[in-house]
Amino acid sequence: MMKVLRREWREWLTFIVLAGPNLLLFVLFTYYPLIRNFLLSFQDFNIFTNSGEWIGLTNYQTIASDSQTAKILMNTFVFTTAVVVLVLTMGLLTAVLLNQKLRFRNGVRSLLFSPTVLAGTAVAIVWIYIFDPRYGLIYQMLRPFGIASPRWLTDPQWAMLAIIIVYVWKVLGYATVIYIAGLQAIPNDLYEAARVDGANAWQRFRHVTIPGLSPVTFFLLVTTILNSFQAFDIIRVMTRGGPSNATNVLIYFLYELGFTEISNIGRASVVAMILFVIMFFVTLLQLRYLERRVSYA
Amino acid sequence: MILNLNARTIVSKALGYAGMALLVLLIGLPIAWLITGSFKTNPEILTITPKLLPERIHFGNFVEAWQSAPFGRYYINSIWTTLLGAGAEVILAVTTAYALVFVRFPFRNAVFVLLLVALMVPEQVVIVPNYLTLAAWHPSGPIQSALLTLTEWPARITGGVWPPRSLVNTYAGIFLPGASIALGTFLLRQYFRTIPLDLTDAARVDGAGHFRTMLSIIVPVAMPAVATTALLSFTAKWNEYLWPLIITSTDSMRTLTTGISRLQDAEGNAQFGVLMAGALFVVIPVVIVFLFAQRFVVEGIAAGAVKG
Repeated sequence: MMKVLRREWREWLTFIVLAGPNLLLFVLFTYYPLIRNFLLSFQDFNIFTNSGEWIGLTNYQTIASDSQTAKILMNTFVFTTAVVVLVLTMGLLTAVLLNQKLRFRNGVRSLLFSPTVLAGTAVAIVWIYIFDPRYGLIYQMLRPFGIASPRWLTDPQWAMLAIIIVYVWKVLGYATVIYIAGLQAIPNDLYEAARVDGANAWQRFRHVTIPGLSPVTFFLLVTTILNSFQAFDIIRVMTRGGPSNATNVLIYFLYELGFTEISNIGRASVVAMILFVIMFFVTLLQLRYLERRVSYA
Repeated sequence: MILNLNARTIVSKALGYAGMALLVLLIGLPIAWLITGSFKTNPEILTITPKLLPERIHFGNFVEAWQSAPFGRYYINSIWTTLLGAGAEVILAVTTAYALVFVRFPFRNAVFVLLLVALMVPEQVVIVPNYLTLAAWHPSGPIQSALLTLTEWPARITGGVWPPRSLVNTYAGIFLPGASIALGTFLLRQYFRTIPLDLTDAARVDGAGHFRTMLSIIVPVAMPAVATTALLSFTAKWNEYLWPLIITSTDSMRTLTTGISRLQDAEGNAQFGVLMAGALFVVIPVVIVFLFAQRFVVEGIAAGAVKG
């Protein structure tokens, strides 16, 4: 009896040694700061004295009445929507293309995937050149047609589009790779059966491929939304949220309020709460999907 | 009929290759431009008749980039913080996943739920309180000093910050908040659950404890999943930008990604050649790793998303 009990204790101790450090770090750098962020959002916090004064909902009111806020929320919405639509449709198209028996398709797949592993800061540097209205690549390509290049990064009308292009360029390969795996997981019998029933290529795509890919599409939808909320490096290096806030999104606004001249810890915490609530609900969706996958496995 | 079919295949093949060519151009041109641009002189880049290849290979940009920002230091800092961060993530993912699958513990499910909730809190959301935590952390006592000696020794060699007064602008400050890992643990746990229990039972009969079972049986069997986790951690840490930007305040502690902004400030956006050389400094290590391991990564993430 004593021996069994001691063995149990050893199991428990082993568990704590193995899982404890990870959990401790979560408590210190995820759970605790989340609660503290919530509290900070009701405070006027002075970073030099490291103390806060309770001011109720003032920070929320300031953020709500700030004319920038609506614009930044709108920017975030436009950016995320455009990115999701472009990445999912182009990802699916390229996956269907590269799933055919063509030569060099593995090489093209690798090339397509490579921007996803390159640092956003480095990628942004090249694109600053590509968008340059006097010498850039796009200018060179438009010149033969007599079209003037827009001032991509300095014109509020065009800057957001420029950021979207770079971001889609960078993450497209990820969606393609996932979609290719999804295509290969669809049983060939389904296509054969559809063919026997006289379905043409479009009907097979519409009624076999699209439904067969729906779990993958859902996964990509959630990950692309979540990642797009965290797009910071490209924006910071290319536009710094400008010109006149045209590319300022929630994550950049959070950085500005937290760590630049306009620093205000309380307001930054409000923005962080907004970001958290949005991402929390999107992640909940993802978890339901992961759970479903577990039960099917 | 047969002829008709052939014509159709030829057309669809031709369309396929045209599509591939377009993709290669769209994705490849910016990358090619980054590489060749860093070997060009500035007049060669700032011209209205640009060519993809430089007149002759010109190394001046690399020299100038290296001189206008301390890239040697940035390299040391990036390598060290990536080693610490990715190393911690991989070790913690393996040990936590192993504990969750193979070790008996009364609150195992509660721990798993804690992990799932952590999955819902992205690092970026808690940057402000995490900064305050690290800024208020005054390392004292023998254990903390010993730990700091372990993480901060490169700073002592390169003349960085030593001894630190808080964890702001230290290696520990850069890697610690991102050292815990939820998603990797979750995916490894999924993988470990597919390992037949006979394997661990056999080890138990042979008298192996948990640590030996984990290291000599589970990790080798799950090597593809562990390696994918390691590679993804490596690229994520190497490319990380927002947190190092916030937590470092001197050139002696900056990493490569944050150093690029420093170079941009020093040179201005017109010095494209120098900037592209700097950008190349940042991406080369990842590209080298990726060239050897890309199949692994591509298949790993695809399997993770589709099969689970």
